[in-house]
Amino acid sequence: MHNNYVYILIAFGVIYLIRALPLTLIRKPLKSRFLRSFLYYVPYVTLAVMTFPAIVEATSVPIAGAGALVAGIVVALLGGGLLTVAGTCCAVVFFLELIIK
Amino acid sequence: MGKGVRGTSPFFEGLRDGIPIALGYFAVAFSLGIAARDAGLTPFQGMVASFLCTASAGEHALFTLIGAGASYLEVALVTLITNARYFLMSCALSQRIRPDMKSVHRFLVSAAVTDEIFGISISRPGPLEPRYHYGAMAVAVPCWAIGTALGILMGTILPARVVSALGVALYGMFLAIIIPPAKRELSVALCVVAGFGCSWAAGVLPLLSSLTTGNRTILLTVALSALAALLFPKKEADDGA
Repeated sequence: MHNNYVYILIAFGVIYLIRALPLTLIRKPLKSRFLRSFLYYVPYVTLAVMTFPAIVEATSVPIAGAGALVAGIVVALLGGGLLTVAGTCCAVVFFLELIIK
Repeated sequence: MGKGVRGTSPFFEGLRDGIPIALGYFAVAFSLGIAARDAGLTPFQGMVASFLCTASAGEHALFTLIGAGASYLEVALVTLITNARYFLMSCALSQRIRPDMKSVHRFLVSAAVTDEIFGISISRPGPLEPRYHYGAMAVAVPCWAIGTALGILMGTILPARVVSALGVALYGMFLAIIIPPAKRELSVALCVVAGFGCSWAAGVLPLLSSLTTGNRTILLTVALSALAALLFPKKEADDGA
């Protein structure tokens, strides 16, 4: 019989190592221009990949998620901060689903 | 670098920017809690798991494996695969650490390199500010842990409409992080557009769509970032932008 706490501790150990090893072992700025450029683009690519099409699939009707995507991009382009953009997306989904469903 | 130049301390800035993260986390954690309940976890166990792991897809995989009575080795391997993208994020963060930062901060910051906290931490101009990171952690991690426990306790008590609306908060934040730099820099804009397009394509193409979402994210991140680095290498002066 397995113990739930052992499961949780194993998962925690693995996840923590994944996160801590690069942060503790890479002590200096990387010399390679390619690697530095690569790491510069990583956040943008990874967040873009995680946002679409996931945002459309997260809502109970896809059109609400699509509306949130467009509204979020527009508000962010206009200079909205984290809270404003996130709040706009939530509000758009809430009202679109209210109308549609 | 200067202290208190902006008028607010980095910790409180982190708290403020952590609020939308916390809201989104709460909704996602609630649904994660339902999966944990199905796997037979108690609310306390779910809270501990979420507090320690702070990983949505990774925890979901963990709970599914617990429910299936998987071996400990299996849990370790699946956790490694579903969370490998954090390795890339930590590498990126490592390049933004001031040389004189105390080592203890490296260990503490590591505890919460989540998609969202990483996103706001790295998009803050200048070198990595641990106190900003801690501020975001202080509001977001408890919400994540409590949300999981409540999901296990109460299942489907929040109206579906509210869960659906809160569920996009995280994506809204991602947009707030990636769109402003995309407006300033053509190379970043192309990365974002390519990320959207390839992510959609990878979800429907025969071979790629059989991969887990986490692995698709890693594959696309490595491929597209490498391509961008080849096509638009950064100059020295652009570091830390």
